[in-house]
Amino acid sequence: MSEKRTYFSYFKKGLTIRNYWVYTLFAVFIAIGLVLSITDLPKASTYQLFEQIGYTIVIVISLSLVVGFLGELSLGHAGFMSIGAFTGMFFQQVVLNSLASQKGFPAVIALFISMIVGGTIAAVFGFIISLPALRLKGDYLAIVTLAFGEIVKVFFQNIDIQSITNKKGSPVWSTTGIIHDFRFDYKWLYIIIFAVALLFIVMIRNLLRSPHGRNIMAIRDNEIAAKAMGVNVVFYKIFVFVLSAFIAGVAGVLFGVSQATFAAAKFDYNYSINNILVIVVLGGMGNLEGSIIAAIVVALLNNRLQSVLSGDLAALKNVIYAMVLIIVVIYNNAPFLKRFREKYNLRNAFNAIKAKIVKPKDSEDPEKGMPDPSYGADWSKIPTKIPMDAIVTTDVLPSNDGDEWKGEN
Amino acid sequence: MSDFWTLALGALALGGVYALIALGYTMVYGIAKMLNFAHGDIIMVGAYSAFVTFMLAGMPVWLCIVIAIIFCTLLGIGIEKAAYRPLRGSSPLAILITAIGVSYLMESIVYLAFSSAPKNVVLFPSLQGNPTATALITLGVATALMVALVLFINYTKIGKAMRAVSEDRGAAQLMGINVNFVIMVTFAIGSSLAAVAAVFWLMKTPLVTYTMGSLPGIKAFSAAVIGGIGSIPGAMIGGIIMGLIETFCDSIPGLQSYTMAVEFAILVIILLIRPSGLLGKTKREKV
Repeated sequence: MSEKRTYFSYFKKGLTIRNYWVYTLFAVFIAIGLVLSITDLPKASTYQLFEQIGYTIVIVISLSLVVGFLGELSLGHAGFMSIGAFTGMFFQQVVLNSLASQKGFPAVIALFISMIVGGTIAAVFGFIISLPALRLKGDYLAIVTLAFGEIVKVFFQNIDIQSITNKKGSPVWSTTGIIHDFRFDYKWLYIIIFAVALLFIVMIRNLLRSPHGRNIMAIRDNEIAAKAMGVNVVFYKIFVFVLSAFIAGVAGVLFGVSQATFAAAKFDYNYSINNILVIVVLGGMGNLEGSIIAAIVVALLNNRLQSVLSGDLAALKNVIYAMVLIIVVIYNNAPFLKRFREKYNLRNAFNAIKAKIVKPKDSEDPEKGMPDPSYGADWSKIPTKIPMDAIVTTDVLPSNDGDEWKGEN
Repeated sequence: MSDFWTLALGALALGGVYALIALGYTMVYGIAKMLNFAHGDIIMVGAYSAFVTFMLAGMPVWLCIVIAIIFCTLLGIGIEKAAYRPLRGSSPLAILITAIGVSYLMESIVYLAFSSAPKNVVLFPSLQGNPTATALITLGVATALMVALVLFINYTKIGKAMRAVSEDRGAAQLMGINVNFVIMVTFAIGSSLAAVAAVFWLMKTPLVTYTMGSLPGIKAFSAAVIGGIGSIPGAMIGGIIMGLIETFCDSIPGLQSYTMAVEFAILVIILLIRPSGLLGKTKREKV
């Protein structure tokens, strides 16, 4: 039995049991995109909006991994994104440009290679940031990640990219060369972005369902208890930071491809907070699907409100976001609202609807009744003392392993 | 005075301003155990209050400063009551994100009310173009305020209560200390110091914008962290260190644009060597 629990068995389970609707949503998005691209109906701005939704999803799930599942706050994710965008674009522009002009190198492959390059370099910096994460916690780590993001911003602001690429002008990255060729075919870009997003979602979903994911969440719930149970805290912290930085770097490359020009100053801590962290919090900490929904809703709202509220009224949007952020956090965490919260929440409402529509079929779903720890981090438990009984009784698989998986065979 | 001494005095004065802001961070952290991310924006609100009362309403300078201090104090108390008190006892991450939300909210409201264009506020026209006098006044007032704060915390009853709450909140509550009141007083003191810092900031750079608070706020927070968050002498030392680094980097042509990177790099290095800051206490975590 136990030999069946390979990575691929989890992968299969992840595909079959849960989250049909996320995959369906993405399939619908990609299908709509294909239809639109072939029929060539919408305007360029519509494609731009879809591209924005796509890379927002990627960067948000990247931060969600660190904040929601590892339980450490990062305020410098825009820094990783910036590294990915600049190195990926630079690689694409300088290295692949020469290749492309000579042999007719396909632009899509160039994009994928630059995504890997940008992601890898961002991951190297993720490794560097994970080293202080081993020593510092909570607010201190947050300020170090913030400092990292600002250092990256200052570095990219001052490095004279134009002199490397022999172009005149201010240090604003202008995407020319192969990127330009690629942007010309902007109809297809958004499908690629969504495909990449889908790939990462499937990957993270399956990671979280595997023993590695349980270990990561154990560190979030109580680091010392996890260490006592034999979880390699050092390894998993480094691992999560590197993976998250890689995804953020890829998001940066996608951002760079989607924009005609971008400046380093865009990736400051305000971007980390207002465009990434807020979405993760609104979607719900430790809830990947929630983050995805929030990313889609916020990106759409941003786009709609931008045209409605012009000039200084644009700040009204930020006022609303800030209020919503504060209210959501207080509602989700205030100790005196605990009873109210447990009675009235969306998940209960969904479950009630689901119970009315779908008759439960126990024999087909071996996971039914097993609590899924990847859903909804209970914040009230994270940094506080939890009783020893609770540690011992939750999430411990029975010793004769495989018994619960009987239904599958 | 020679250039060097002018520069050194300016560095100390800047450090004094950072120390005043850092005191707000460090006191709130020590007593309420939370990172008040919105503290920097209280400086911004103080500066805008001076803008409204001085430039628009044309009140005398001393009255403007008093109004700014009172307004910021009330604002600090209000924020604590509305946003932070409901979350007391929940996770630090939730409180930190709420503080970020409050900071975002204040910036957006000021943007909405006054638009994003920077505005001139010259509180003391006679001090304009006289960096030595500005630095001396800043340094003098900042030192006096810090001495007063140390005396207040060490020799008054409420100061004693503050020390007790920062030592052990539960035990303090059992001894009959009104913890909510003590935390409110802490926020009030921190916010009024931020208002004073706003006045000094306007003496140095007489411009108000809606984002002016975030950068001094983050630097002052770094100063508090360098000194050891929760420690009052640590905040002063950290502030002076931050002021010295900034002035030093700004005076070297090649390093000028990397000032912020150097400051944050030093912050990261100090945190890696001493995770609790220069004067901070290390605490063991227990399950």
